[in-house]
Amino acid sequence: MKAKVHITLKNGVLDPQGKAVQHALSSLGFGGVDDVRQGKYIELELSETDPAKARASVEQMCKSLLANTVIENYSVELV
Amino acid sequence: MKAAVIVFPGSNCDRDVAVALEASTGKAPLMVWHRDTALPAVDLIVVPGGFSYGDYLRCGAMAAHSPILREVKARAEAGTPVLGICNGFQIITEAGLLPGVLMRNAQLKFICKDVFLKVERTDSPFTRAYAQDAVVRLPIAHAEGNYYADAATLDRLEGEGLVAFRYAGADGSVSAAANPNGSARNIAGIFSENRRVLGLMPHPERLAEDLLGGSDGKVMFDGLVEALS
Repeated sequence: MKAKVHITLKNGVLDPQGKAVQHALSSLGFGGVDDVRQGKYIELELSETDPAKARASVEQMCKSLLANTVIENYSVELV
Repeated sequence: MKAAVIVFPGSNCDRDVAVALEASTGKAPLMVWHRDTALPAVDLIVVPGGFSYGDYLRCGAMAAHSPILREVKARAEAGTPVLGICNGFQIITEAGLLPGVLMRNAQLKFICKDVFLKVERTDSPFTRAYAQDAVVRLPIAHAEGNYYADAATLDRLEGEGLVAFRYAGADGSVSAAANPNGSARNIAGIFSENRRVLGLMPHPERLAEDLLGGSDGKVMFDGLVEALS
């Protein structure tokens, strides 16, 4: 089973990298990009086959290491 | 005063801080490898600067889970002073010893220069030898030193007097212009609630003898010796 983890900055946390990307897009002529938020995408190959157990385990991984919940949110998708 | 310096793969200020500690204490500190699980009895634990684990995932995130950090946390909870400098500050916030997080600098650049700091509190083992509201000069060298915490946490830190240093002008004025990296409320260093843990981005060990261009950092190590010997 594979887990896809998206880690994004919480609302209200400034994202200077996202801002720089937005400016770069604008200077390349891509108008109409109102905001850019940059995050992380992590794929995990799991030996666990039970979806509920896998989700619980990955959420624990997010809380303890993959995300810093002071500034980041995470979402877990199992495929 | 017996000190221990924790060494991670990628630490690069461990020797500098060892030299500064030896100059103030007269004794070489213990160098403790990150995979060690036992820590001899010491009066001070230093988590030094550098790029532990190559800054993988987030600065300090990997080191915060290394075996020795469990012991460092236990000692801190028992009252042993812990000093986290630069990457060490990032590590001890990731480990939960201090609140908040060090984010990418607002200008996205690595900044390496001397800055002025206003000393906010002198009632700690780290800052006792400075004068209240003194302005000191120390170097910073980081890409992720932008201190962030939510407004309630910042209010609590300020309300409880847990801000140790703020970025300031040479005259001690705290302003946006004196803020090198976008840190919330110009915060350069904070204490734990009992002021036995200090995390700061500037490097006291890098200006700890006149030959290096200044000795404002030596005041911190001398103060620690007075407090902990």
